[in-house]
Order: sequence, then C-alpha cells, then structure tokens
Amino acid sequence: MSIPLLSTLIFFPVLGGLSLLCVPRQQTATIRLMALIVSLVELFLTLPLILLFDKSTYVMQFVEHHPWIAPLHINYSLGIDGISILFLLLTALIIVLSVLVSWEAISTKVPEFFIALLLLEGAMMGVFCATDFFLFYIFWEAMLIPMFLIIGIWGGPNRIYATIKFFLYTLAGSLLMLVGIILLYQNGGHTFDILKLAGQPYSLKLQLILFWAFFAAFAVKVPMWPVHTWLPDAHTEAPAAGSVILAGVLIKMGAYGFLRFSLPILPDATQQMLVPMLVLSVIAIVYGAVICLAQTDLKRLIAYSSVSHMGFVTLGLFALNQRGLEGGILQMINHGIVTGALFLAVGMIYERTHTREIEAYGGLASTMPVFAGFFLLFTLAAVGLPGTNGFIGEFLILLGSFERQPWAAVAASSGLILGAWYMLWLYQRIFFNEVKEAMQGLAQLNLREILTLLPMVVLIFWIGLYPNALLGFLHVSVGHLLDQVYGVGLAGPVLPPASILHP
Amino acid sequence: MINTVAVNWTAVEPILPELLLISIGVLLIGCDLFLPRQRQLLPMLTVVGCLAALAMILGGQPVTAFGGMFLADGYAMVFKSICLGAVILTTLMSEHFCRVIGLRQGEYYSLLLFSLVGMLLMASAGDLMVLYLGLELMALPVYGLVGMYKREQRTSEAAIKYFLMGSFASALLLFGMSLLYGLTGTTEIARVAEIIGSRQLAANPALLTALGLLLAGLCFKVAVAPFHLWTPDVYEGAPTIVTAFMSVGPKAAGFAIFGRVLFLGLPQLHDHWGPVLAVLALLTMAVGNITALRQQSLKRMLAYSSIAHAGYALLGLVAGTAEGMAATMTYLVIYLFMNLGAFAILMLLAAPGQPHESLDDCKGLAVRHPLAAALMLVFLFSLTGIPPTGGFIGKFYLLKAAFTAGYPLTVVGAVLFSAISAYFYLRVVRYMYMSEPGTASHVSFSPGMSTALGFCFLGSLGLGLFPGALLEWAVAALSGMQ
Repeated sequence: MSIPLLSTLIFFPVLGGLSLLCVPRQQTATIRLMALIVSLVELFLTLPLILLFDKSTYVMQFVEHHPWIAPLHINYSLGIDGISILFLLLTALIIVLSVLVSWEAISTKVPEFFIALLLLEGAMMGVFCATDFFLFYIFWEAMLIPMFLIIGIWGGPNRIYATIKFFLYTLAGSLLMLVGIILLYQNGGHTFDILKLAGQPYSLKLQLILFWAFFAAFAVKVPMWPVHTWLPDAHTEAPAAGSVILAGVLIKMGAYGFLRFSLPILPDATQQMLVPMLVLSVIAIVYGAVICLAQTDLKRLIAYSSVSHMGFVTLGLFALNQRGLEGGILQMINHGIVTGALFLAVGMIYERTHTREIEAYGGLASTMPVFAGFFLLFTLAAVGLPGTNGFIGEFLILLGSFERQPWAAVAASSGLILGAWYMLWLYQRIFFNEVKEAMQGLAQLNLREILTLLPMVVLIFWIGLYPNALLGFLHVSVGHLLDQVYGVGLAGPVLPPASILHP
Repeated sequence: MINTVAVNWTAVEPILPELLLISIGVLLIGCDLFLPRQRQLLPMLTVVGCLAALAMILGGQPVTAFGGMFLADGYAMVFKSICLGAVILTTLMSEHFCRVIGLRQGEYYSLLLFSLVGMLLMASAGDLMVLYLGLELMALPVYGLVGMYKREQRTSEAAIKYFLMGSFASALLLFGMSLLYGLTGTTEIARVAEIIGSRQLAANPALLTALGLLLAGLCFKVAVAPFHLWTPDVYEGAPTIVTAFMSVGPKAAGFAIFGRVLFLGLPQLHDHWGPVLAVLALLTMAVGNITALRQQSLKRMLAYSSIAHAGYALLGLVAGTAEGMAATMTYLVIYLFMNLGAFAILMLLAAPGQPHESLDDCKGLAVRHPLAAALMLVFLFSLTGIPPTGGFIGKFYLLKAAFTAGYPLTVVGAVLFSAISAYFYLRVVRYMYMSEPGTASHVSFSPGMSTALGFCFLGSLGLGLFPGALLEWAVAALSGMQ
C-alpha cells in the first residue's frame, strides 16, 4: 500500500474543516459549498476501500503502523476488517447528508458549525480505523468536543442541559475505561496493540474487572439501559445534523467497542456476563418501546425508539453466534440509515413548523404528500417490514438470540410489536387526521431535501432485498471473532450444527 | 597589587545562568531609574536574559558543584526550563496587561527575575540550606509582586495573607529540616538518605515527625489540601498576571524541591509518605474540583482549578518511581502552557478600571472575538484532559505511573474527579459559545501577548499530538538521578 488510505480518510476532513477558516466568515454560501465538497470527496475516498477490500480474510487490511509515543509503546496503527469497513461507509454517507440537512437550518456561526462537523467526521473515522487501544481512546474522546459544541451551540431551547449531560455521562464512562486500558496494558505485556492484547490468557477476575470498566464506556455510548438517559435529551435538543450523527454513527461506537475490545480481548468474561447483558438488552428493547408510547415530542419519541433498537443490537451481539453477531452489526447499519433518515425528515419538517410537539401536527399527508411518502417508507423500515432493511437485521438477531436463550428472543419480539404500534400511531397522528390550521400551506420538499432523503430510500431497499451485499463483508471477520471468543477449536459444542438452522 | 589568582573561576561555571539573571535583574532596576522613558526595554531585556539562561542550562553538562550543594543534573534542567518558560511567557504577557491596569513596571520585571533565580536554585538544590535559600529567594519577590497593585485593597490583603502563610510554611519546613539535621548530622540531601539507611533510622519517630513537618511545609508551598487555604484568596487578590505566574512557576519549583527531598533524601520512607500523599492528592482534587463548581469568578475558578492540578501532579510523587517523577515533570510542562494560556485569555478580557474577571464577562466571547474564544476552548479542554490536547497525555501518564506503582483506587478517584472538573471548565465554554454577548469590552492582542498565546496554543495542542519527545526528555533527565 503506497497511499495511506485510512490516514487520508481520517485527516482529509480535518484539514478540509480547517481550510474553512481561510474563507471570510460572511461568505456562508462558499463555506457550505466547501463543506459539501469535502464531505463528498470523503465519501468518494471510501470507494477504493470497498473495491480493494478482500472479503476472504479476517486479518486487518490497509494496515498502517508508525511508532507514535515510543516511551509508552504507543503506536499510530490503523487497519480495518470486515466489521469496521461498513461503519466507514456509513460515517461518510451520514456526514454528507448532515451537511445537506444543515444547509439552511444553520444560520449562526456557520463556519464553526461545518468545522466542528468535519472534525467530528475525522475523529469518527479514526475510531473505526484504530487498532491501537490508546489511539482509539484518543479519537473516542476527541469526538466529544465537536459533538458537545454542535449540540450546545446550535441545539434547541434546552440544549445546554442536554449537551452537558451528554458530555459528563460519556466522559465519566470513558475515564473508567481509561483506567481499564491502563490495567490491561500492565497485564497484557505492555502494549496497546489490540491484536496482541487479544488471545492472551488473562485471569477471569481480571477479565471481569476489565469487562465492567469497558462496559462503563461502551454501555453509556450505546446506550444500554439504565445509562441511556442522556440520549433522549441529546437527541431532542441537537440540531438535525447532530441528531442524525448521534443516531447514525455515534451510538454505534459503543456496540463497536464491545465487538472490537470486550469480545475478543475478554472472552471468558463475555461468556460469564452473557445473561446479564441479554437481560439488559431485553429491558432496553421493551422499556424503550413502552416509553415511546408515552412521548409527546416527535424527536424524543424517535430517540427512545433508538434505545429500543440499540437493545436489539446488543441482544444480537451477546447472542454470541454467527447469526446474532451479523444481525447485530447489520442492524447497527440499518438503524443508522433508518433513524438517521427519520431525524433528517424530522429536521426538514421542523424547519417549516418550528415545533416538535406531535399534537401540533395533523393531516400532513394531504399538504405534503411527497414528504409523507418518504416518511412512510422510513416508518415501515423502522418497524421492520419485510423487504426493508430493518426486517433482515431484526430477523437475524431474533434467530441468533433464540439459539442462545429462547426467552430472550421471545421477550425481545414483543419490542417489535410495540415498535409497530408506536411508529404507526405516530404516523397516523402526524400525517392523517384533520389538517391542522398551522399545517396548511407548508412548502413542499425542495430538490436538495429530496436528494438528501433519496440515498436513504435506496439503501433501505437495497439492503432489504440484497443483504448479502453487506453481510458478505462480515462473514469471515465475524467467524474469526467467534473463534476468538470461544477459543479456536472449541467452537463445536457451543455453535449448534448448521442443519438445525436451515429447516 | 591584589592577587586574584586564588579564586578558581571555573567553580562558578554551573551557576552562570543564575548569575546572569541576577545581573540582568540589577540592570533592570538601573534601567528603570536612569532610562525612565525606555520602558519597552525592560520586558525585552528580561526575555533575552531568560532565553540566554535557558540556552545555557539546556546546553550545560550535568555537574555537581559546591561540594554537592548545587546539582545541575537532568532533573534540575527540566524544572529550570519550566520556571524559565513560565517567566518568559509571563513577561511576554505583562506588557499588555500592565498597561491595561496601569501597573508600575520597573520593579516588576526585576522582582520576577529575582524570584526566578530563587526557583532555579530550588531546582538545583542538593543541600537543605540551598533549598531553603532558594525557597526564600523565590518567595520574597513574589510577596512583593502580589502586593504590587496598590490601587486595590484585596491585593494588600492577598500579599499579607501570602506572606504570613508563606512564613508559617517556611517555619514548618525549617523545623522539619532541623530535626532531619539533628538525626543525621548532615544537610546534604543525598547523604541524609545514606545515613538513614546505614543507621536504620527509617522507623525512628523523630524522623517521622521530621517527615510530617517537611510534608506540611512543602504542601503549603504547592497548595495541596488541607494546606491550600491561602491559595484562592491570594490568587484572586493578586493582579492576574502575577496569579498566572504564581500558579505555574513557584508551583513547579515547589514540586522540584518536593521531589528532591522525597526521592533523593527520604526514599526509604516511601511506605510512609506514599499513602499519605495519595490521600492528600485525592483530597486536593476533591477540594479543588468541587469548590470550583460553584465559583462565579473565572479567576477564582482558575485558582481552584490550579489547586486541583497540584493534586494530579502529586500523583507522580505518590508513585515514588522514576516513571512517576517523569510523569509529574511532563505534566508540569504541559500545565505551564495550558494554564498560562487560560490566564492569558482572562487578561485579555480586562479593560482599564474594570477587571472583568467573572464568568459573565466571557459571555459571547465567540462572537466578540472568535480567535480568543477558540484558543480558550483549547486551553480549557486541555485542562479538563480531553484528547487530543496535551492535558490528556499528561494526565494519562500520571495515572499510568500511579497505577503501575500500586495505587489503583487513587487512580479511580482521580478520574472521577477529572470527570467532575469537566463541568466547570465546560461552563466557561458554555458562556463563551452558547450565551449572547453581555458587556462588550474590547479585546485586542498586543504583539507580546500574541506570541505568548501562540506558544501556549502550540504547547497545549502540539504536546498532545506529538508528546514523544517531551516524554523521552523527562525520562532521559531522570536516568542519571535514580
């Protein structure tokens, strides 16, 4: 590899963001355009990754390795496998859409907003590329700064409370993980390289301590019940772009952290803690869904639905079998697309009505038919209608968790029913019923907005009808991950024979 | 005819930087007296002198001079660089701030230099006598600096308070030293350790009393709780520029003698001072961070924050290992940039006759002056310890050192207090970026201020991105010591 593709992915948006400083503050149109170009180029830069990626191996690809802080054995090492590559694509796409949705919504401190957005993109790319635990932590925490500013400066009325809550929750969790990282470094042969850290024989006690230390950081980010309470506030108060990024990428990082660190490095503790994790996931699924029924705020409802959906993701991950894990990862992507799309749509409607109260809406189907069509698609995907991407992910997760613990799958499937209930009810309240006075004469979607939503529609159907496009990336890497969890050769008794799964 | 051959001038070589600074200090007094119209010369001379001293120190060979009283080793070099850096940055900032508040300048720079010489002596002290001499030489000019701005009553209060508390601390320290001398019969720090080892004094109650007194005195000097009570009032009362200087320079010098006494003189007592300092470090973080939460004055908040940071820096001493000391030194270097940077922005807010020290005065700074706000953002996130800033690297290194040395619970406490500290640092960010501009004071940069801020920015961010060289330097500096 002569061109450091991953470094380019990380630092191109950073430099692109900083280059906005060269444009005079008043020329907001230029700044927006430049931000869009930077994000589009970044999306384009992910193409060579897909084309050159070798799906038949689990080893890290596009590897870069440079010593960084020699006295502490910290390296700047990057690499991606089948698990991380999808998140890079998702991130690049979500940022483009975030730029588009912020086109008119952001009118104050415009350069700062797009700089924060692009710096955030760089940090997020770094999180998914880092194969050094310390480097990962740097990106993981660095992400907090722009996100804090995006929510706090451009958010809704209660933004300051929301952003500080978000920051403190995640910081406290992350710092506990930092102590865990130091403990791991000390016991794992004085290295931060996650490939070397995995597969070492740690004592069960140490693994359990580390598992909970990492849990503190990852569970807050996911967010798992009961540390989810920052999410509704942050989602609700963030500007549309902030909500989209939060839902689309940021909260995926917690689950990604479990996949990348907890599972392979701490296999024994993971198996030991399987049932508690499944219980927490099921609680999140049902609890999140029930809370959704009681919401009067549009964004808050979607935020709580994220809690429920992310419960499915962790359920899939901790099913600890091929189907559950693949379903979990796929569901992360799906949730990023669907909930991202929902927040994009809500952002567009909020620009017109300036209210998030569900009560205030009604009859939009007749006043904004195109928008209603888009929203219907997203609603159905969120509900998990067969043919949309949501179905594939949830189905795989339920399948996987049924193999692991039937009761978990049974309890979780009630979340699907509740999901259909709250989403369809939401759709009814907003788009049907009487046309409210304030809802008359709303502007139709313009071309920019349609172009923002269209990629999401394409992805929803594409993944829904041809999931192997994404699952193909996953098979080998997930298989290897499972080998790591169970120890190679021990996979036999734990994984039931494949014939049972294909009746 | 007087015969001068008897004096061996090469013996003076190790203290040439100190001598140079003293002569410049005297020269500054002369300049102030005889060239009253050439005021702009003073800061320039100060900076040039400090840079020359810095070059001499960095280029010098490690030597032991004056029969072990003066140690110009790597350890001293790092601390001297920190103190010199503090004075250089402070001087660069002074011109702007002193003009704004109307501070008479002449003695200011020479006091700064004399205090600097004291700090350099402290860093090099190999003997309790030199240590004490340096301490007093450092403290006396600072008492003067604190009380210099006579127009305001609280500065006089601060000066008196600082003087009384400082003398009290010195007395405790002296008492501890005299006990140590009584037990070991020597004032040479390295010899103290030898004699404690050879005579097996480690469990001697008198020695423990001496240790306790020394710890109390040293904790006073670096403002470690529960001996920190003077700090908030003094820091708030002193002119901001002096506060900025005090929170970095004398504190670093205090850590220099702290480390020297504990690591070189009393290593056998680590079982005693390690846990005590661990508790004090946690207490300091608790007091500093929790009290800072409620402050309405930005200056007072920064004062409490600097108390909390003393607690973090103490973690390296707690560890009692070379790695720990290296971590403390690294942290102090990074702290120099981020803390002075934050104070510099506070100084920029000041207007003639209006100190503008409260949080409200930061309101809408992002609109009034985006660059100043962005710089402050970096400094604050660095103080919080969020990557990719230097503050994170420093804190990480400290935590790692303390953890490796066997203080995991202290480390967990430290990270929790670190999370708490985020709240009040973020509050400033909130006022700057998320509130409408209130009082519209004019923010302007002078060349000196811009240079200083540039260095602070580079230090805070650059040391976060490329900390390798700094860590190697600190480790290499210590390799000769242990």
